[in-house]
Amino acid sequence: MGDATQGTSTTSESSGLDSTGLDSTALDSSGLDSSGRIAAVAEVARRLLPDAGVITDRARLRTYECDGLAHYRVTPALVVIPQDAEQLAALVRACAEQAVPFVARGSGTGLSGGALPHAEGVLVVTSQMRAIREVRRDDQRAVVEPGVINLDVTKAATPVGYYYAPDPSSQQICSIGGNVAENSGGAHCLKYGFTTNHVLGADFVTPDGDTVSLGGAAPDSPGYDLLGAVVGSEGTLGIVTSATVRLVRLPEEVRTILVGFSSTDQAGAATSAIIAAGIVPAAIEMMDALAIEAAEAAVHCNYPDGAGAVLVIELDGAAIEVEQEYAEVRRLCDDHGAFEQRLATDPAERALIWKGRKSAFAAVGRISPDYIVQDGVIPRTALPEVLTAIAELSGSSGVRVANVFHAGDGNLHPLVLFDDEIDGAGEAAERVSGAILDLCIEHGGSITGEHGVGMDKSKYMPRMYTDEDLDTMQLVRCAFDPQNISNPGKVFPTPRLCGEVPGRHKGAHPLQEAGLAEVF
Amino acid sequence: MSTTEHDTDGTLGEMGGVVDPVDLGMPAPGGAFDDHNPPDAALIGDCVHCGFCLPTCPTYVLWGEEMDSPRGRIYLMKEGLEGEPMTDSMVGHFDACLGCMACVTACPSGVQYDTLIEQTRAQVERHHERPAQEKALRGLVFALFPHPRRLQLLRGPLRALQATGLDRALRRTGLLDRISPHLAAMESLAPRLGRPEPLPERIAATGTRRMTVGLLTGCVQGAFFPGVNSATARVLRAEGCDVVVPRSQGCCGALSVHNGREEEAQGYARALVDAFESSGVERVVVNAAGCGSSMKEYAALLADDPAYAARAQEFAEKVRDISEILDELGPVAPRHPLEMTIAYHDACHLAHAQGVRAEPRRLLEAIPGLELREIPEGDLCCGSAGIYNITNPEPARELGDRKAHNIVSTGAEVLVTANPGCLMQVTSAIERLTSADGGRPMGMAHTIEVLDASIRGAPTTTFTTA
Ligand SMILES: Cc1cc2nc3c(=O)[nH]c(=O)nc-3n(C[C@H](O)[C@H](O)[C@H](O)COP(=O)(O)OP(=O)(O)OC[C@H]3O[C@@H](n4cnc5c(N)ncnc54)[C@H](O)[C@@H]3O)c2cc1C
Ligand code: SF4
Ligand code: SF4
Repeated sequence: MGDATQGTSTTSESSGLDSTGLDSTALDSSGLDSSGRIAAVAEVARRLLPDAGVITDRARLRTYECDGLAHYRVTPALVVIPQDAEQLAALVRACAEQAVPFVARGSGTGLSGGALPHAEGVLVVTSQMRAIREVRRDDQRAVVEPGVINLDVTKAATPVGYYYAPDPSSQQICSIGGNVAENSGGAHCLKYGFTTNHVLGADFVTPDGDTVSLGGAAPDSPGYDLLGAVVGSEGTLGIVTSATVRLVRLPEEVRTILVGFSSTDQAGAATSAIIAAGIVPAAIEMMDALAIEAAEAAVHCNYPDGAGAVLVIELDGAAIEVEQEYAEVRRLCDDHGAFEQRLATDPAERALIWKGRKSAFAAVGRISPDYIVQDGVIPRTALPEVLTAIAELSGSSGVRVANVFHAGDGNLHPLVLFDDEIDGAGEAAERVSGAILDLCIEHGGSITGEHGVGMDKSKYMPRMYTDEDLDTMQLVRCAFDPQNISNPGKVFPTPRLCGEVPGRHKGAHPLQEAGLAEVF
Repeated sequence: MSTTEHDTDGTLGEMGGVVDPVDLGMPAPGGAFDDHNPPDAALIGDCVHCGFCLPTCPTYVLWGEEMDSPRGRIYLMKEGLEGEPMTDSMVGHFDACLGCMACVTACPSGVQYDTLIEQTRAQVERHHERPAQEKALRGLVFALFPHPRRLQLLRGPLRALQATGLDRALRRTGLLDRISPHLAAMESLAPRLGRPEPLPERIAATGTRRMTVGLLTGCVQGAFFPGVNSATARVLRAEGCDVVVPRSQGCCGALSVHNGREEEAQGYARALVDAFESSGVERVVVNAAGCGSSMKEYAALLADDPAYAARAQEFAEKVRDISEILDELGPVAPRHPLEMTIAYHDACHLAHAQGVRAEPRRLLEAIPGLELREIPEGDLCCGSAGIYNITNPEPARELGDRKAHNIVSTGAEVLVTANPGCLMQVTSAIERLTSADGGRPMGMAHTIEVLDASIRGAPTTTFTTA
């Protein structure tokens, strides 16, 4: 990680605490050393699972050493692939008994290193738990296992006139479990909300191996919103084994428009104007010239020639409403300098427009040997200012930055390009990437919109939160996972020692003093 | 994605440390690969680990395991270059790949998995000692399939077996399954055989000649589906082509390339280039998708042979699938109506390897009265994949059953596809399915047979009564 972007002393302090906090020998209760405890878990796994579900040989283990953020790599000690919730719970129980850390993994597409394994731990893979248990049309609900692929929920619901709204660009492969853990979003979240707005209930295995039901099929459940805590918890509170999700009715009419502008400023201004006019499109996505170049190279999406920026705008809903909004959107785009507006006339054309947008990340591999996908959020009104600042940053550092983003809700995905063969290029890219996050924070935004904190961004957490904020969050974690075995080392830069008052505090936490919280 | 190791701040300290970065220039000593054409590190580097290819991969769909996915297999190659030895488990995952190239179609980053797996397979053949039984089976397959004459000889006994109905009896006993599932797979795939129809060496165009084309007759196609070759010749003739069928042609080497038998494949390729070079044809037309896709790759296969490199390139540029050439020429022969519903199955080696999807559909849909239905999960391989259904019978059978189920769900009367391997595989899978649930048997045909029937004005019963 770019040292220069590190600023504070958090890092060195965190590594000190990491090794005491997570040194698994300290947790040993059975008198076994780490490999003995792993062997004990493997023994349980072999009793429960078919041979292929227990992976111990090195070559195979290594294929699991990274997720979508491939520069972090750790070989897990053991990989298990349970086939149902009972097996999964029994495996987690075995980990708890042996105080062995475990990490959940869905499809391994995460972009923050959330599913990065633990070297002395077990990786629990949900890719065989992929049954869609129910599609209840009349209740607009589906009940799915965690390994079910996002797009498969929509495929199952389409024949009865429904779909699953949250659509990350990775929807063809990412799992519902991973979506819940990351509170994933997508192009259509502008109108329909993130995963958290679409998950109504979940079966959940706690780090002790107990199975609990959170939420339910009803819209609101009494008591603490524990489901709310679990959505977005990045696997640090336990493992989701089933999710009840909301299905949305397929709209009567969908219009997808591709609009070419000569600059991102114009496109940004058009976006703000559309929202200000009271229109909530299903999606407004922006790509700049470099991102367009990559997408063209990959999927020949035939975006307008010479565009400095394009917007992909999708309107959906009742036909008359869409008709009116469409006229208004066209006018607003014209007013803000659009030089070409193309309405998709058939499903194939619509699919091609979206294909350009959705393959943009992976397609950047075509124009640059290496790149970092950044994820930050800013208030939409700050778009022009932040984009200008990013361009300046890029100019002064000589590091190219391609921009692809959910313009409608101010969720930026700058792609920082570099060539690792060139000495120092990786570090320079890291510095630019970190500086972009600083820009987001300065403008009142956040360090992640949808890709999560994981391993990659934990070090940035102190820039957004005070120590007290972070400690309070960790009280939740300690309540679920006092042994600190569920995806340890992620999200928080300084793991809290549950049961002890963290060293950095003088006296009790303010919440404790107020009698509002207790340390486990 | 970046391959830099950024652990300078020790964030990963408690995670046990990251794996050391390795320069992937040359294979590390002691690793799986030698330095003669190892899987190309630069091509491996193109993989950004996004996982978009996973849902299209038949083995990932079956088992949901990383090492049996394209991303995982590429990772195993990378491990091999970094110094991991070629273990039985590693080879098992390479062997389990069907070579269907669905992952190549799906990959936004342009990873050339086809090249990577070929390079890897050649290394596996050189360095991996297979168990005796497996070696014998592979030996048998390669002594048989690439040799049209030997396959012809097999026809006699097979026909006798089929005529007496003994083959079905034998299948029912499950005896073969018990002796060897591999041999059982081979037997159950053999199609019902018709009369062999040898083609003359030269066939003149009907009406004005528009083009002179060569026809590859193929090994399996020629021996088991001779009707397909005659149909191809008739349609080409009707569409104004002089058709040349060189007697000296042999195997195209596709099965050998796909199984890492590089030298053997090169031998076949040279012979085929020789056979067609002197015939003066403008195009070489192929009706078996697997053969066509390898012949289009001859330039790469013979790149290191100074005597053949340029000629192979020239040859490869002339190769066309039958549907491509007919689509390119445009119809002159009138079509007669064929009132039937068909399900069109994309052969992987046509759709994924050659990118030919629209042409056969256009040709079929232009037939009056014919209704084409799409098959659910159409991109997923049927499990045939060259000799895969013989070397890996269990997954092949699972995929075949899944495909059969999807095909039957369309309710179409006839299944149409463009590869002999797929036809054999899918026919036996559908037979299993319909005989198990007492359903209606389905007709099967090659794309070109349907076009031929339409041009000749043959009745739909040609296909619907199997
Ligand atoms: C090309 C590309 C485009 C992307 N586009 C988007 C986008 O548009 N929007 C977006 O939000 N994300 C996007 N992502 C990121 C990623 O796809 C999402 O974060 C996704 O939700 C991860 O799902 P997964 O199944 O791959 O999870 P994994 O990567 O396997 O895991 C992610 C996290 O979830 C945890 N986890 C997994 N399963 C469970 C479970 N059952 N219970 C508890 N915790 C679990 C893991 O421990 C880990 O912390 C993109 C990724 C790629 C590669
Ligand atoms: S060629 Fe087919 S079987 Fe092999 S990795 Fe690619 S998709 Fe999977
Ligand atoms: S789709 Fe391409 S880049 Fe993505 S994991 Fe597969 S091979 Fe790698």
